[in-house]
Amino acid sequence: MSFVTGVGLTPFGKHEGSSSLDLMSKAAQLALDDAGLKRTEIDGILCGYSTVSPHIMLATVFAEHFGIRPSYAHAVQVGGATGFAMTMLAHHLVVSGVCRNVLVVAGENRLTGQSRDASIQALAQVGHPDYEVPLGPTIPAYYGLVASRYMHEYGVTEQDLAEFAVLMRAHASTHPGAQFHDPITVADVMGSKPVAMPLKLLDCCPVSDGGAAFVISRERTGEAGVRIRGCAQAHTHQHVTAAPALGELGAEISIARAREATGLAISDVRYAAIYDSFTITLAMLLEDLGLAQRGEASARARSGHFSRDGALPLNTHGGLLSYGHCGVGGAMAHLVEAHLQMTGRAAARQVRDASIALLHGDGGVLSSHVSMFLERVR
Amino acid sequence: MSDRLADWTKGEQAITYQACSSCGHVQYFHRDFCAACGIKGPRVARASGKGKVYATSLVCRAATPGTRAHVPYNILLVDCAEGFRMMAHGDNDLVIGDEVIVGFKPFAGKLVPFFVKIQEGDPSFGGGRETEPGTGILGLAC
Repeated sequence: MSFVTGVGLTPFGKHEGSSSLDLMSKAAQLALDDAGLKRTEIDGILCGYSTVSPHIMLATVFAEHFGIRPSYAHAVQVGGATGFAMTMLAHHLVVSGVCRNVLVVAGENRLTGQSRDASIQALAQVGHPDYEVPLGPTIPAYYGLVASRYMHEYGVTEQDLAEFAVLMRAHASTHPGAQFHDPITVADVMGSKPVAMPLKLLDCCPVSDGGAAFVISRERTGEAGVRIRGCAQAHTHQHVTAAPALGELGAEISIARAREATGLAISDVRYAAIYDSFTITLAMLLEDLGLAQRGEASARARSGHFSRDGALPLNTHGGLLSYGHCGVGGAMAHLVEAHLQMTGRAAARQVRDASIALLHGDGGVLSSHVSMFLERVR
Repeated sequence: MSDRLADWTKGEQAITYQACSSCGHVQYFHRDFCAACGIKGPRVARASGKGKVYATSLVCRAATPGTRAHVPYNILLVDCAEGFRMMAHGDNDLVIGDEVIVGFKPFAGKLVPFFVKIQEGDPSFGGGRETEPGTGILGLAC
């Protein structure tokens, strides 16, 4: 078995003067303190990447900087799915006996360390260098293409998508660490600047500075335990040009594998932590995962289904859309929040029952998927 | 390669694709093997330039000075008649399902495929044609 024994998360937004290593270190220290573990007890390190400070050996750069000499260490790169992919790997390293305590860490000064154009341009390079990038696409354009098709096939409207921006902002307003706190309306989203239609500014997550970390351990270190029940991945393509048809995307494959690995059903899920780089990402993933019927996710959002007091609380920290997105650490914040909810430490955001959580991450343009079930154990 | 077919990725006014002579798989991203069965040397062919719009996104915020000069520009995924999907540009008023045909336009220092709607009953479309730059309908949403 493996347990998430500690979590750490910085506020997201501007951390003027902080490097990627600074933000990773801050989050890592918080996670170690939360787990009650010392540096010498960490024998594995998995880290993400930094677009601001790329390095071919970031895990050992971090290990040296932070003061750990692990017996296992390397970086992982699967875009937005990296955080949960590292968690899955840490789970297997712990279960197979390779490591006792794996520190999973990511952080990036993506907002203040480079211009927004540089961020957008760096990220657009996930496109095909010969067949896509010369056309001047951006990440919002890749998702805008997907959105246009999804809306066409399932009758989803721009107003429907806007519901998720409103919901994530409402959740972020109750988290002091979130990048954005001011409430917004569907009209605000509809009236925000067009970025890559049908996506407008408030349909898109921001660029943030921030860091997140957790410790995955063979044994529990505290009273309340959060166990990784099981996880699975699916990778169907890299470029949106080569993506399979809607309804055959990786989220459906990875959730089916994760359900089989755990014996759990979607009806068992009490808390959802779902990747939300854009409103369309969240709407599609909720439906691909079976947390809503096709074309019905936004109606559920509107009715309060995914709210803190609703039947299935979703991203109660505000998600990438409003807590913020600092790269790999962005989706890791979803797991940190799930852990706080499962251990009854989410303060004003606490939900009634987070005994079983479903986490899902997406990298590229719905290219790489990781589905994961967490379970509270007493 | 002296017998190479012209292709827009090399700055020429044509679209090419590959077809596997063994399994029949059609692929747009060129490789020296078939990605479905692994057989070497898929046949390279010139596409008709006709297709149907699969998805659209009008880019209103670009990331580089070169592309910003063209905002707004419409990025498309087009399902081509020969059975492959490609990314391209096109008129800003195109919608999903439109039957389209390709031309080529300069964009950020390169020549890129630019699709326009096939007019009903127009028999003159036998292949690619060059469109005038700047004829796209601008400012629909931006």
